Amino acid sequence: MRISIDTDRCIGSAQCAVAVPSVFEQDEDGFSTVIPGSENAGDEPPGLREAVRACPVQAITLTDAGEA
Amino acid sequence: MTDTLDTPPKTLEDGNEDAPAYPIKRGCPYQMPPGYEQLREKGPISRVTLWNGRVVWLVTGNELGRKLFPDARLSSDVLDPNFPLLAPRIEAQRQQAAAPPLVGVDDPVHARQRRMVLPSFGVRQINALRPVIQRYADELLDTMLAKEPGTTVDLLTEYALPMPSAVICELLGVPYEDHRYFDERSRHVLSSSGPEQAAQAQQAFTEILAYLDDLISRKQAEPGDTLLDELIARQMEEGKVDRQELAMLATVLLVSGHETTSNMIALSTMALLAHPEQLEALRADESLMPRAVDELMRYASIGDMLMRVAKEPIEIEGHLIKAGDGVILSTMLMNRDPESFGRPDDLDIFRPAGRHVGFGYGIHQCIGQNLARAEMEIALTTLFRRVPTLRLAVPADQVPVNAPFVLQGVSELPVTW
Ligand code: HEM
Ligand code: SF4
Repeated sequence: MRISIDTDRCIGSAQCAVAVPSVFEQDEDGFSTVIPGSENAGDEPPGLREAVRACPVQAITLTDAGEA
Repeated sequence: MTDTLDTPPKTLEDGNEDAPAYPIKRGCPYQMPPGYEQLREKGPISRVTLWNGRVVWLVTGNELGRKLFPDARLSSDVLDPNFPLLAPRIEAQRQQAAAPPLVGVDDPVHARQRRMVLPSFGVRQINALRPVIQRYADELLDTMLAKEPGTTVDLLTEYALPMPSAVICELLGVPYEDHRYFDERSRHVLSSSGPEQAAQAQQAFTEILAYLDDLISRKQAEPGDTLLDELIARQMEEGKVDRQELAMLATVLLVSGHETTSNMIALSTMALLAHPEQLEALRADESLMPRAVDELMRYASIGDMLMRVAKEPIEIEGHLIKAGDGVILSTMLMNRDPESFGRPDDLDIFRPAGRHVGFGYGIHQCIGQNLARAEMEIALTTLFRRVPTLRLAVPADQVPVNAPFVLQGVSELPVTW
């Protein structure tokens, strides 16, 4: 699965970093990034889909392998 | 219920006669005001009439709200002549020369301003502030508890207000000696009730602005390492922001950092005292507090009415929002939408985390939410831990509730222990 954040959209609300800290972290500027390597860490972390929905600007996309 | 394809979408004029007066004063400071039941039944979008007779849209459905909040056609531009205003008082405030930064502007100006201050509000930065927050909470309670048990104190002025005030002053770089100067003034800006106080609110805003302008000069002469110092060094002196905009930005942060959290601490205290079993559970297991804080945010929805103006037409769920229409997003009704929350009118700190919009949604979602959560968690945990016999000193229905058109809260909270 691929997880990506549209950094032009992100407003740094930190919803994702609080919900799934194993995948998202905030950079120095306050915007969120996907922690390198976390995407391929096997099982989908709990709360990931909820974090995608919770993002106030819908900046996070998941692309399921094989689906897209 | 969806309209069939050949029904034309309904406009504002199609329901003028059925648009109740709005906003409505709360009876209990954390419950829905009378008339909200009926508005909820009409959901997810209906019409209301403002003080000046103008009919505007009211969005009450959670799912619909989550679609509309991020829609760029809905603008926060307070200088737009069609921007809906909830009271004449606010009309007077609009005579200002410039729109308030962040809250009152759209992208790209908004994005530029948000980027400037965002680094200071990140999770890591706020977590580093936790010991400072804890210290202020303890110091204020030391003072309060030095009084005789049985004394009546106003929890708002003794605790709920000075704590967030001291914290936002520290974060921005306003000297601690000066923070009480703002407590009064920012209270006037956000929560003063009564139309006659328009001038007072305006004056308070002007005074805060003048103070910050002066503080910028002092900091230029003698730099420190706070948010304001950084903004001066990295943004103003490099010409990315002018002095006036910077002073306004600091004013907005200072004012929003004061009143919001303090009202939430006061209302949360009241709501938990009225639900002793849940309060007991929280005392027994303090790790429940972060979740409880979000439930209290949902339940009290103190920033209930978020105003927007449509810059372009929007067709949604059988309705046509025309360009120039006013739109009010009711966070309280969205947070008490039965389709999103089971038994929405019950406080339930064990409820699975849902999607409340108590901090808004879309590009304006609260920049201070990490700070506010930390403050609420620490304030409530410390208060109930250190004052186990805390109780209201007057019956709950005698606590004075704010006017309906400002941030929701109480103007004092008499307690004893
Ligand atoms: C429990 C306390 C708080 C509540 C309920 C609250 C609520 C909100 C809401 C509902 C919005 C969205 C406004 C809109 O969409 O028009 C907002 C935005 C904002 N809040 Fe808060 N807030 C709280 C605490 C704070 C704190 C502590 C700060 C400190 C700096 C703050 C600063 C702001 C700012 C600057 C914005 C505008 C952000 C933007 O436009 O990008 N808030 N807040
Ligand atoms: S939830 Fe969305 S806006 Fe908030 S930090 Fe994550 S990506 Fe950015």
